[in-house]
Amino acid sequence: MFDVAIIGAGIVGAATAYELSRYNLNVVVLERENDVALGATKANSAVIHAGYDPSPGTLMAKLDVKSVAITKELCAKLDVPHKQCGAMVLALSDEEVEIVEFLYNQALENGVKDTHILSKEEVLHLEPNVSRDVAAALHAPTAMIVDPWEYTLALAETAMRNGVEIRFETEVTGITSTERGYKITVNAAETVETRILINAAGLYADDIHNMVAKPDFTISPAKGEYWLLDKSEGARVSCVLFQCPSKAGKGVLVTPTVHGNLLVGPGNIPAMDKDDVSTTADELKYVRDTAKKSVPEIDFSAVIRSFSGNRAQTEHSDFIIREAAPGFIDLAGIKSPGLSSAPAIAKMAATMISDCGVELQEKESFIDSRRRIRFNTLSPEQKAALIESDPLYGRVICRCETVTEGEIRDALLSPIPPRSVDAVKRRTNAGMGRCQGGFCGPRVLEILAKHYGIDRVDVLQDRAGTFVLTSKTKEFATTTTDKVSF
Amino acid sequence: MIQHTHYQLIVVGGGPAGMAAALAAWDEGLTRILVVERDFMLGGILNQCIHTGFGIEYFEEVLTGPEYAWRFVSMVHDTDIEVLTDTMVLSVSEDKTVHLAGKKAGFLVLTADSVVMATGCRERARGALGIAGTRPAGVITAGTAQRYVNIEGYMPGTRFVIIGSGDVGLIMARRMTLEGAKVLCVVEILPRPGGLLRNVVQCLYDFEIPLLLSHTVTDIRGRERVEEVIVSQVDGNRNAIPGTEQSFSCDTVLLSAGLIPENELLNAAGIGIESSKIQTSAPGIFVCGNALQVHDIVDNVTLEAQRAGIEAANFVGCL
Ligand SMILES: Cc1cc2nc3c(=O)[nH]c(=O)nc-3n(C[C@H](O)[C@H](O)[C@H](O)COP(=O)(O)OP(=O)(O)OC[C@H]3O[C@@H](n4cnc5c(N)ncnc54)[C@H](O)[C@@H]3O)c2cc1C
Ligand SMILES: Cc1cc2nc3c(=O)[nH]c(=O)nc-3n(C[C@H](O)[C@H](O)[C@H](O)COP(=O)(O)OP(=O)(O)OC[C@H]3O[C@@H](n4cnc5c(N)ncnc54)[C@H](O)[C@@H]3O)c2cc1C
Repeated sequence: MFDVAIIGAGIVGAATAYELSRYNLNVVVLERENDVALGATKANSAVIHAGYDPSPGTLMAKLDVKSVAITKELCAKLDVPHKQCGAMVLALSDEEVEIVEFLYNQALENGVKDTHILSKEEVLHLEPNVSRDVAAALHAPTAMIVDPWEYTLALAETAMRNGVEIRFETEVTGITSTERGYKITVNAAETVETRILINAAGLYADDIHNMVAKPDFTISPAKGEYWLLDKSEGARVSCVLFQCPSKAGKGVLVTPTVHGNLLVGPGNIPAMDKDDVSTTADELKYVRDTAKKSVPEIDFSAVIRSFSGNRAQTEHSDFIIREAAPGFIDLAGIKSPGLSSAPAIAKMAATMISDCGVELQEKESFIDSRRRIRFNTLSPEQKAALIESDPLYGRVICRCETVTEGEIRDALLSPIPPRSVDAVKRRTNAGMGRCQGGFCGPRVLEILAKHYGIDRVDVLQDRAGTFVLTSKTKEFATTTTDKVSF
Repeated sequence: MIQHTHYQLIVVGGGPAGMAAALAAWDEGLTRILVVERDFMLGGILNQCIHTGFGIEYFEEVLTGPEYAWRFVSMVHDTDIEVLTDTMVLSVSEDKTVHLAGKKAGFLVLTADSVVMATGCRERARGALGIAGTRPAGVITAGTAQRYVNIEGYMPGTRFVIIGSGDVGLIMARRMTLEGAKVLCVVEILPRPGGLLRNVVQCLYDFEIPLLLSHTVTDIRGRERVEEVIVSQVDGNRNAIPGTEQSFSCDTVLLSAGLIPENELLNAAGIGIESSKIQTSAPGIFVCGNALQVHDIVDNVTLEAQRAGIEAANFVGCL
């Protein structure tokens, strides 16, 4: 019997698990995928919004603004790549200046720190590649960019170090209420019992809600498509550049990423279903053409990837955070700024759990730090010392991002070891660069096969079923031992 | 382990270009030469090119890639040229300081009188082509597939659509067919094939593999693995023509749509390359082989690299 069960290991589930791991509670996270952050948290703009955007008085406004400082501190403590690069909302015509002024006043009302309005000259001084059409801009220096995967991973890992259990490939298929709480059926087979149940199932939060309480909201996935460009374009802009928001949302942005690439997107069209993260030629073209209105010179021949993610849009304009049935807490409809608001959502969930009569007693020894080795950020002297101490850091596996075998080994020995080639990429950046795993893919695959003692045909690209290889070649099938090249 | 911390010439990359440059410099009288190779052995991309067709001009013989490479490897072994394998060059600076790292070599800072960059090229990946659709497993570049099949002994799929008619793609169409896989078609956006005519004939026509010229892939479908690919005809501006869509049910998309010279070390050091010039903007630093320009025929790589080796030796001789 668990005190708390959390459904979903996206940023919201992971932040909640981390928050609860401060207390003497028996907590389990149930995640149907084979890794954290494979839902909406995987594909988004990676911006920690300053908080001028949501309407005053909403949960979104309150939780976002509250989270900015916490997120910065968390990233520093847990070694998550982040950068407080600030954001601008560009008025690209004289008419749009009004919107910028409106946002400025909204920022004041929401309690966002340090925002101000920049003149055309000031914008072009800070961002020389912005379109000459710019008339003014709102500047919000507290906005940040993060690595959303490592952020989620760091929170989940730290929760585990503090005793939280995370079960992967565990899909919640049914829930019944019991006298003491809830009985959850997973994978249509086993059951898990808990006093408190937290619904952090992202795009599927309506389905989970409907297993317990009266249906009163529906999630309609809204797709956002992106282009990711090579580092050669990474310095094109230095802060997050938004266009003026419209009914369709915050619009297409142009931003550097924490890894030094340039990210352009998202669009906004309805997805066919919750899992439909396909990209479409028309929408990608729209994104490109729209982004050029902000930054005309972007060189799209430097594109290295396009992708898309789905927002958990509901008929309500705000997040849906409430005790929907006794001991059953919805953290639902967490669309943007969900990544930004996660730490405050988690704190709110903890308070709600306490209000359910569960005592929150702080642990004596809460582990609240995390560090990992990032070879390519070290000085020559540090590199020399590191390889001296462990030669595996001398072998570079990914040449575009300079990721070493030592770092991949570290990931494999971490609390949430990578199960797939892409999971290695999310943890170490191997395969994230301009060749997109062309060179290091086979070697990462081999390292995974060896580590898990499996044949290479059983290694996954990403989620369950995504096999990279189909069989041995004719000649190799007739030999018995696996060739090992190192 | 290496003998020196200062060399007359450091060659970055031990493919056919790197080896030919080192050998030419040796013949010109340089004695302290180091070749650094990231892989476990010399030979570069040739090690995975097990088909024939190499050396027709240079050796006037028809060799496989590894045979061609090994002629140079044994010539290197017959000299006192030093070789470091399983070692990656991390940076090269304008003053010819070279940082490298290897599991056995450790972290080394070396200096040189001259440097030849022979780092080869990389393939254009799906993202660079901007093909829409889902992002399942089973989309792979031809060179990576070639490595899986010819070096690791694994098949990346059973039913293929190949995008791009570059030589690597053509060779792989035949290779996959010989391995028992089905190649449904090769799709080329241009009105003419990208690879050598001999490869079109020997790798496609001889195996009755359709070559769809002026066509492109407009959609990739499938959740876990690739399940379906949509191919459309294109107009003169390379835009898909609506109504010409054809569907192919397959589990793998092989990309052979261009090779890009790999010059990141030079870029990072702010060293410029002028089109097809061996001499870079930094005196004493040279570039050759596929790192300078993508070559169809390795014999030309060898000749170009020999010139780079000679220029490096001349540069050192004038010091
Ligand atoms: C295009 C786009 C851009 C965005 N940009 C930003 C931004 O810049 N800044 C920002 O703050 N926010 C942004 N967001 C919003 C942000 O990404 C989301 O709010 C956030 O990731 C939601 O996290 P989550 O944990 O609620 O959901 P998810 O990440 O979707 O996690 C839910 C998890 O629950 C699991 N699950 C579902 N059903 C079950 C089940 N039955 N059993 C077990 N597990 C289950 C899923 O597998 C998944 O891992 C953006 C969103 C999109 C789509
Ligand atoms: C599939 C295919 C088929 C071909 N078929 C033919 C054919 O039939 N006939 C023909 O004549 N030619 C053919 N070619 C062309 C020929 O093989 C190439 O042009 C030639 O191999 C290029 O040589 P290179 O030395 O410039 O590059 P590569 O062979 O790529 O060598 C570059 C080397 O540099 C190393 N390296 C890169 N960066 C670093 C670093 N930072 N530190 C250390 N080492 C580094 C790499 O590991 C690699 O070994 C073919 C090529 C391919 C890919």
